[in-house]
Amino acid sequence: MNYFTNDLTKIHAQLVNKELTSYDLTKQTITALKETDKKVDAFLTLNEEKALEMAKAIDEKGIDPANLLAGIPVAVKDNIMTKDLRTTAASKILENFVPVYDATVMEHIYAHDMVPIGKTNMDEFAMGGSTENSAFKTTKNPWNLTKVPGGSSGGSAAAVSAGIVPIAFGSDTGGSIRQPASFTGIVGMKPTYGRVSRWGLIAFGSSLDEIGPMTRNVKDNATVLAAIAGFDEHDGTTVNKEVPDFTANIAKGVKGLKIGLPKEYLGEGVQPEVKAAILAAADKFRELGATVEEVSLPHSKYGVAAYYIISSSEASSNLQRFDGIRYGVRATDVKNLNDVYVRSRTEGFGPEVKRRIMLGMYSLSAGYYDAYFKKAAQVRTLMKQDFANVFADYDLIMGPVAPTTAYGIGEDVSDPLTMYAGDVLSVPVNMAGLPGLSLPAGFAAGLPIGMQLIGKAFDEQTIYQAGYAFEKATDFHKETPTLGGNN
Amino acid sequence: MAISKEQVTHVADLARLSFTDEELGQFTDQLSQITDMFNELQEVDTKGVEPMTHVVDLVNVLRDDVPAAANPQEREALLKNAPDAEDGYIKVPAILDNEGDDGE
Repeated sequence: MNYFTNDLTKIHAQLVNKELTSYDLTKQTITALKETDKKVDAFLTLNEEKALEMAKAIDEKGIDPANLLAGIPVAVKDNIMTKDLRTTAASKILENFVPVYDATVMEHIYAHDMVPIGKTNMDEFAMGGSTENSAFKTTKNPWNLTKVPGGSSGGSAAAVSAGIVPIAFGSDTGGSIRQPASFTGIVGMKPTYGRVSRWGLIAFGSSLDEIGPMTRNVKDNATVLAAIAGFDEHDGTTVNKEVPDFTANIAKGVKGLKIGLPKEYLGEGVQPEVKAAILAAADKFRELGATVEEVSLPHSKYGVAAYYIISSSEASSNLQRFDGIRYGVRATDVKNLNDVYVRSRTEGFGPEVKRRIMLGMYSLSAGYYDAYFKKAAQVRTLMKQDFANVFADYDLIMGPVAPTTAYGIGEDVSDPLTMYAGDVLSVPVNMAGLPGLSLPAGFAAGLPIGMQLIGKAFDEQTIYQAGYAFEKATDFHKETPTLGGNN
Repeated sequence: MAISKEQVTHVADLARLSFTDEELGQFTDQLSQITDMFNELQEVDTKGVEPMTHVVDLVNVLRDDVPAAANPQEREALLKNAPDAEDGYIKVPAILDNEGDDGE
């Protein structure tokens, strides 16, 4: 199956007409995966046997003509728990971990007859923006194999971008769906906090984490989000709100919409080509009948500092469960119980994870709590108010996802501060719990540029509507990667 | 406000992590640089601003404290993930040192 030219609607038609079975589709997809992944390294664990069994069962039951997702192979980020299928969060400490239950998102995936064919690579515990922090392998950007795919959901992004699967699932704590989507030229949605259950997502920053879909186009993305969203009694932070059909008004256009373009999002540090692409996108929206005006989110520049304090503090607490006792790797040849904790964690965690735990512990420790954690939580309030002020007058906010296109493998990994600075345009959305979409908006030197559309809480619908209109009016999403090196 | 090696050692202790001398030096430098960046926040006027720890306006979502049906197979599967188990229990090393715990 050529996923570059066939969207869900086209594949579904072939499945319904019985030109194709889900079994054959799954088989073809896994065969092609094995070839393509030699270059891309997007997958950590394959689910071959089980996936084929599932596909067969779906064929026998019959493809539901009303369910676009029936029989479709998908990839799942390796921090989403899959029962009986190894789940590592790309960490040595979970190298042999086999979950005994499924994440709620997996239950939705099964209920919609999607077929998970494997688990994708990521930055260890989702901490990073390049997938270079994986304990197991480095995923490559399908547009240029010497570049990073972004992160932390870099494996999921690369799998969709390379045409291996039409749908992958990622998680986003500070940009981990949107930034890799931007770097690899695909569509990635971080839904509103509380829209999708986090039950079974290996926790990083619990007040920021959200699971979302990564696809080749906007409409497919909207279809998948509707399938995984909704209240879950296992996650006390999911909101009991009706999940709309996100595709229902998707073709309504942008006429009359008011879009704000924050001046802080095109400031210092933003690559000129990225700025030009976003300004061109603004003109495109105007041409399509929307109003685009400059707005201000004055506390944006404090976002990175506040985000790294809050997310690291939450991580330092969440990651205390990895102690070598109940699951995971336990250090051997130890003197006593405390030694088990210290040695298992020291041997099991990679350098970036240790850095975040240390930052978090420090920010929460006696004497520093007020200066760091509390201050960051206050700045977070101000950031949320910034958005509320703009959304009093505007329907959407637009800007770049990341200040640059994908950088070279090995380029930034040794300097944490440079790495963290790249998150400046994506973290505010998580801090305020808002939905944000990345979609293709241009190219610079053969590498994709992503545009970010930010909406009001629980208004993914307007984002999809605008994203769909932009996609229809442009050709960026039609370009496909060559899976080559430096040209 | 630079961080000292002693502070890093103290925080590492709280975090149940240990570092070699070389790592300790590197972490001290990096954490100092990162906390310098954190200090940018001091220029924001937050007088009277409530700290926000959560974005959703939900309080204390409760349910009845009733255990779900226990499944012996799940127990077995759970123990399979434990590095060491015996007779249906997770096995851990002694809290006191293996050597020198005979009351010197």
